[in-house]
Amino acid sequence: MKYSYYPGCTLKNKAKDLDRYARTCAEVLGFELEEIENWQCCGGVYPLGNDEIATKLSSVRVLNDAKEKGQELVTVCSACYHVVKRVNDDMKHVDDIRTRANNYMNLSEPYSGETNVLHYLEVLRDKIGFDKLKEKVTNPLTGKKIGAYYGCLLLRPGKVMAFDNPENPKIMEDFIRALGAEPVVYPYRNECCGGYISLKEKEMAKSMCDTITESAKGFGADMLITACPLCMYNLNKAQKETLPVYYFTELLAEALGVKEEAEKK
Amino acid sequence: MQRIGVFVCHCGSNIAATVDVKKVVETVLSEPGVCHAEDYPYMCSEAGQMKILEAVKEKKLTGIVVCSCSPRMHEATFRKAAERAGLNPYMVEIANIREHCSWIHKDMEEATKKAVILARAAIAKVNLNTPLQAGESRVTKRALVIGGGIAGIQTALDIADAGYEVDIVEKTPSIGGRMSQLDKTFPTLDCSACILTPKMVEAAAHEKINIYTYSEVDKVTGFVGDFTVDIRKKARSVDSAKCTGCGVCQEKCPSKKSLNEFNRGLNTRSAIYTPFAQAIPNVPVIDRDACIKFKTGKCGVCEKVCQAGAIDYNQKDEIITEKYGAIVVATGFDTIKLDNYDEYAYNQSKDVITSLELERIMNAAGPTKGHLERLSDGKAPKEMVFIQCVGSRCSDNRGKSYCSKICCMYTAKHAMLIRDKYPDVNVTVFYIDVRTPGKNFDEFYRRAVEEYGVNYVKGQVGKVAPLPNGKLLVQGSDLLDNKQILKEADMVVLATAIEPEASVRQIATMLTASIDTNNFLTEAHPKLRPVESPTAGVFLSGVCQGPKDIPETVAQAGAAAVKAIGLLAKDKLTTNPCTAKPDELLCNGCSQCANVCPYGAITYEEKEVNDHGIRETRRVAQVNGALCQGCGACTVTCPSGAMDLQGFSNRQIIAEVDAICR
Repeated sequence: MKYSYYPGCTLKNKAKDLDRYARTCAEVLGFELEEIENWQCCGGVYPLGNDEIATKLSSVRVLNDAKEKGQELVTVCSACYHVVKRVNDDMKHVDDIRTRANNYMNLSEPYSGETNVLHYLEVLRDKIGFDKLKEKVTNPLTGKKIGAYYGCLLLRPGKVMAFDNPENPKIMEDFIRALGAEPVVYPYRNECCGGYISLKEKEMAKSMCDTITESAKGFGADMLITACPLCMYNLNKAQKETLPVYYFTELLAEALGVKEEAEKK
Repeated sequence: MQRIGVFVCHCGSNIAATVDVKKVVETVLSEPGVCHAEDYPYMCSEAGQMKILEAVKEKKLTGIVVCSCSPRMHEATFRKAAERAGLNPYMVEIANIREHCSWIHKDMEEATKKAVILARAAIAKVNLNTPLQAGESRVTKRALVIGGGIAGIQTALDIADAGYEVDIVEKTPSIGGRMSQLDKTFPTLDCSACILTPKMVEAAAHEKINIYTYSEVDKVTGFVGDFTVDIRKKARSVDSAKCTGCGVCQEKCPSKKSLNEFNRGLNTRSAIYTPFAQAIPNVPVIDRDACIKFKTGKCGVCEKVCQAGAIDYNQKDEIITEKYGAIVVATGFDTIKLDNYDEYAYNQSKDVITSLELERIMNAAGPTKGHLERLSDGKAPKEMVFIQCVGSRCSDNRGKSYCSKICCMYTAKHAMLIRDKYPDVNVTVFYIDVRTPGKNFDEFYRRAVEEYGVNYVKGQVGKVAPLPNGKLLVQGSDLLDNKQILKEADMVVLATAIEPEASVRQIATMLTASIDTNNFLTEAHPKLRPVESPTAGVFLSGVCQGPKDIPETVAQAGAAAVKAIGLLAKDKLTTNPCTAKPDELLCNGCSQCANVCPYGAITYEEKEVNDHGIRETRRVAQVNGALCQGCGACTVTCPSGAMDLQGFSNRQIIAEVDAICR
C-alpha cells in the first residue's frame, strides 16, 4: 500500500528521529510512504481566523496533491496531523473557506475535502492492525512500563479529529501492548503540555509538564511516548519528575528490530 | 350544491393584525356555494357561535367553514355549534388561518392572500361533505397500569378506590420502583421506605388491584375503551402460591456472584433472590442466567431446602390476555450511562459514584450497611465533591438538553445528611445554577448552605483525575471568584441526568403513543392536557412524561387516575365516523390495504356483490369502524381506488388541492 506522506518541517530538523524510524518501520510493515514534492510548512498552528485564507493554503496543496494521486495522506507529527485534518474538514464543510481557497488555488478541479487524512498510528491500527503488528514484533519490549502521552493536538476537537475518545483514548495503549510492553494509564495523558506557551511563559509550561510526568510516574510509568515534537520538547523541560520521553516510532523500530538500521539512514 | 356560510375570526389581534379579515370575507363571497360570509372578533365565544346559529337559520345553510385557529383547538366547539343549529356536525370545516397563516407571516398582503386560499380549500371540501353519523363502542371497566413504581402504585390506588379493577404490570420482581431505592426524601428528610412501603402494602391488599410482577406487556390491540393486552408473566421458577417467603433458599444458594441490581451493582446477590427486604410480593425469582441448576443441570440446593416445595424449575412464561378500557403508562426512569463522560473518571475510579449509588451507600440495607465509605478501600471520606448537571443541560449531543429537575434538591439533601451524620467531612458542590423552585425547596437548599456549611461553588468541573495516592484531584472553576480550583477529594458524586426507562420506546410503539426525541412520552397538550397521551385511552403518570420529583409524580399519578376514571365511568364511547370505507365493486381483493393497516382494522370476506347486474361472490375488504383510526394509509395504498376515507375522501382532498392551485 502506498500513501502520500507529509513529514512537516520539524521532522526535517529537531525531530528527525520521529521521521526516520517511521519510514524504516513502514518498509518492515509493508507500506510505502511517498513524500509529497515541494510541500510547505503547515504553519504549526491551526489558524482560527476565518478572514484569512493564506494560512490554510499549504495544507490544501498537500491534500490536493494526495487527491490527484488517489492516495490517502499520512502524517506522523501531531501538529501537522491536527492542522491538515482540520483544514480538510473546513474544505469539506465550510462553504466560504472552500470557495475562497479554490478561487486562489485555481486548480484543474476544485478541492472539497476528498482526501482521507491518517495519522501513522491510525495506519497501524486501521490498515495494518495491531494484531498483525504484534506478529511482526521480533524484539518485544517485555517488562517496559510505558505511559502514552497524547497531548491535545491528536484528540481535540474530538468531533473533527475523530481520532479516539478525547477523554479516555486507548490507541497508544493498544500500540504499546502490541509492542509487548505494558501500558500505564494515567489521567493526565490527554492534558496539554503547554504547547507554544513555553516560548513566552516557561514556568507555566514547566508546571503543566510536571503535572503530567508526576501523574505518569505516580502510576508506575518508566518512560513516556509521544507523537509530537513540541510535546517532546516541553516534557523534557519538566523539572519535578523527569522521565525519558521517546517518539513512538523509536520504540516501534526497536520492537521491530530495525532501530540501528534506521539510525544509519 | 351546498349552501355554505363562511365565518372569519379575528382572534382578537392574533389573526386580524396580520390578515385583512374584511377582505377575506369579501373575496370568499364569490366562491361557489358560498351564500353567507361574515367576520367576528371571537368566533369561539358564545356570541360568535350565535352568529353561526342565526346564519344557518336565516340563510338555510347546509355547510359551514370557520376560518380560525387550528382544528385541534376548536373543531369540536364549532361542530357542537353546528349541531345546535340543526346541522350534521361533520358539515363543518376549519380553515386554519392562525397557526398556519397569521402567526407565521408578517406581511399583511401575503398573509391575506394565503388566508383566502386556505378558506377556498375548505369551501371546496365542504361542497363535497356528506353527513356522517358517529357510532358507539363499549367501555371495558378495567384499567391497566404499566409500571409499579410510586407513579403506578398511586394511579392504581386512586383508580381502585373509585371502584374499578386495576392491573399493575411491573417488569422487576417487586413493585416499588426507584423510590424504593432512595434512602431519604426531600425536603422533609423522611425515610423513603417508611412512606412508600405502606402504599405498596395497600396496593397489594386492595381487592380491586391485581399485581403482575416480573411481567411485561407483550402486545396491545384494540382502542380506547376496548384494549386487548397480552401480559407475559415471566417464569419465576418459584410457585407464588406455595412460597412462604422464608428466605432460606437465598441464604443457601451457592451462586452469589450476580450484580445486585437493586444496589446498582455495588454488591452481589444470589441467583435466587428477592430484590429487597420489603419486596412485594415477598416471593423470590431465579435468575436463570446465573443459576447453576439452569446452567449445568446440577445443584438444586434451593429445591432441597425449600420446606414449602415452592421451587419449580420447569415453570414457563405464561401469557395472560385481558381486556382494558384505559391504559396508564408509568414506566419511570433510569440514570444515563456515563460512557460519554470519561473526564469525570466514573469508569476509571470506584470512588466516583452516581447520586443514586450514594443513596444505596447511605441506606442501612445498602452495600455498606449505611456507612459512608469509599468503595475502593472502605475508608471513611474526609473530602467529598458533588458535581451537578452531569449530562443534564448539555449543549452538545453527549448528554441531555433538558434539566433533570431533581438533582439540585437531592444533592442538597445528600450534602446536608452527610454534614449532619459526619460533621468532620467537608462537602463541596459544583453547580451551574441552583434550581430549587417548589414548596419549602429553596429554604431547604439555604439550610444546606447556612446551617450545614456546605461549600457551594458556582462553576463546572473539567476533570476528575485519580491520583497515585488513591485520592481524586478535582479540577474546576469558581466563576464568582474567577479562579481555577484544584481540590483533592476522597469521593466524587455525580448528579447524573435521568432519562426515560429504556423499555418505554417499545411500549410506546405498542400503544401507538408518541414520544419525543428524548424518549419522554408526549402529552396531548403541554399545558391543558398534561396527563393524557394524544392516543385516546392512554394516560401518562410520572417521569415517563418528563422529569419530576416525588410530590409532583404523585400529583400527576392522581391526575392520570382521574382521567382514566372519567373514561371508565362511561358506558359507551362515541366513535369517530371518519373511517375508511371500501367500495366493494372496485375492490379486487388484493389485501394490500390490510397489510398496511397499523390497527388491524381491515379483514376480507367472501361476499356476494351485484356488479351492474352481474351477481357473483368476490373476496372484498371490510373495515371495522371501531378499530379504524382514520389514518388513511389504506386509501393511498389501494391500487384500484376502492378504499376511501369518510370525511376525507379522495374527491374532497383533490378538490382542496385544486382550490389551492387555482
